[in-house]
Amino acid sequence: MSRKDWGIFLGTMLLIGVFPWLVKPFKAVSHYIDIMVFAGIFTLISIGLSMLMGYAGQISMAQAAFFGIGAYTSGILTTRFGLNPWLVMPVGMLLAAVVAWLLGIPALRLKGHYLAMATLGFGVIVHIVLSEEVNWTGGPSGMADIPSLTIAGTRLTSEIAYYYLVWAAVFLVLLFCFLVLHSRVGRALRAIHEEQTAAEAMGVPTARLKVQVFVLSAVLAALAGSFYTHYVTFLNPGSFNLMWSIRFMLMVMVGGMQSLWGALLGTVLMTFVGNEWLQVFADFEILAYGAILLVVALFLPRGLVSLISQGFGSRKVRPSLADGSS
Amino acid sequence: MGSDLLQYTISGLTIGMIYALVAIGYNVIYNVTEILNFAQGEFVMLGGLFAVFFVGTLRLPLGVAFFGAIIATGCVGFAMERFIIRRARDASVLSLIIITIAVSILLKGTAMFCWGKDPYVLPAFSPGGPILFGGAAIQPQALWVLGVSALIVICLTLFFRRSVYGKAMLACADNPNAARMTGIPVRQMVLLSFVLSAAIGAAAGVVITPISLMEYDRGALLGLKGFGAAVLGGLGQFHGALFAGAILGLAESFCAGYLSSGYKDAVALVLLLLALFFKPEGLFGSSEAAKLKKF
Repeated sequence: MSRKDWGIFLGTMLLIGVFPWLVKPFKAVSHYIDIMVFAGIFTLISIGLSMLMGYAGQISMAQAAFFGIGAYTSGILTTRFGLNPWLVMPVGMLLAAVVAWLLGIPALRLKGHYLAMATLGFGVIVHIVLSEEVNWTGGPSGMADIPSLTIAGTRLTSEIAYYYLVWAAVFLVLLFCFLVLHSRVGRALRAIHEEQTAAEAMGVPTARLKVQVFVLSAVLAALAGSFYTHYVTFLNPGSFNLMWSIRFMLMVMVGGMQSLWGALLGTVLMTFVGNEWLQVFADFEILAYGAILLVVALFLPRGLVSLISQGFGSRKVRPSLADGSS
Repeated sequence: MGSDLLQYTISGLTIGMIYALVAIGYNVIYNVTEILNFAQGEFVMLGGLFAVFFVGTLRLPLGVAFFGAIIATGCVGFAMERFIIRRARDASVLSLIIITIAVSILLKGTAMFCWGKDPYVLPAFSPGGPILFGGAAIQPQALWVLGVSALIVICLTLFFRRSVYGKAMLACADNPNAARMTGIPVRQMVLLSFVLSAAIGAAAGVVITPISLMEYDRGALLGLKGFGAAVLGGLGQFHGALFAGAILGLAESFCAGYLSSGYKDAVALVLLLLALFFKPEGLFGSSEAAKLKKF
């Protein structure tokens, strides 16, 4: 990680650390802690998606499905079999990894955007399965009474405790991803993004790397699903449909897909937009989502972080290396 | 037993033709621009709902409403290319995919705004009860669906094979620069492809609405299944799309009839995944041609 990234990392950590104590005394905004818990959970997903979109240059329309695989694995195994939630988490992640691997190998071997289409179909299939397997998932009416997480015998039912747990996970994952991006693998990924043919000629195993990044993004989404399940303790298939996959994509796009900080910024912003500021529109929020997605894709393809880095007027950020200069 | 089979076959072929028309809509745009337009399903939904508006609200005769809906949806296709896709002509394929997804959400949201969430029905094109044939009941509207689809496929094949415009459109896909040098106005061809594709989708929407109703959120699933048909038949292949659409429709109808109606929507998607994994160039596409394509 560069010194700049370390600076942002520590600064963001400090900001996230004090945030609950800043908003808690004020009644009007004290529920922001709850929103930030969701933002943290979604950030886990968008970090993975940002690696896939920004660095491997591929789209996945099945992130909500992997999110659902993690969530329902946790939900079903803890309620039906009484297993410990912490032990179940890796099971969901493993399941998501295997599925992503099976899906990614054939789709990413081909040039172009077959992954977008394969994940689009797969995401809808998962949603149908979640709605149809009533005996296991409770079907469209969902499943309730999922146990909360416990640490050392204490149940994590308070918002603040869960807030710190989720954000600690986010920062660990961020650290891991920065290390990956600054390793051999990261340099290879950037090479693929710049010019796939050239990367192949230099001996970069492009297909294998793309599959690995896709698997990583699926595992992170499943982890987020487990955290989500034990926080809301209620699941229904509505949170895991195609619209949610598009919302995750939107979070990454708004922040800037070639920067992990962009993913974080975009997710926090869009979670507030979705959970707080667009509530007045009720059902018509999809119009707003469509408009935001279109405007960002047309006029701000590098997301808000590109505006911020321009705003600081420091050295010009080279477009495709925005976050990767080591 | 035999009559069940016949019944499922007929309903499968009927819905399969709709998937085929959606697939052909994808192909028309893909053939000219190599863009996959994820808003294709929304054109079907818009076609159906515009017809509902013309018949139900404006009290126009059904024939007028049919062409009115096609023209109105064609205008939406026009606006989409002229004001959105054209702005993004230098964008990467990744951005173009995202842009068409954004348009599809906008169209869906606008439709919900205009028509609400209720499903609407249109009167059948010709009056009269179902025709009994071999123990199966055939709705006259199903024959309309088959007839209109056949007509569209014949016209499009003639258009692309025989007419100057059709040939010019195909040339744009092969090599836009070479096409431009021979004097083909590439941008106009792209515009035409969006209008044509929207019109085909709208026609599918109008003919199917009397059978399966139409509501604002039907577009995504119709688009996805039509896309499955397009991939299964080989992207860009009209006859492949027709054949693959029929296969998807039949598979779906048999699944609903004999296995589980809840999973019928998954059948087409499973076939889509299988096609992508085992025969990505499609049943009728050539793998050599597929390697030359950008997408």
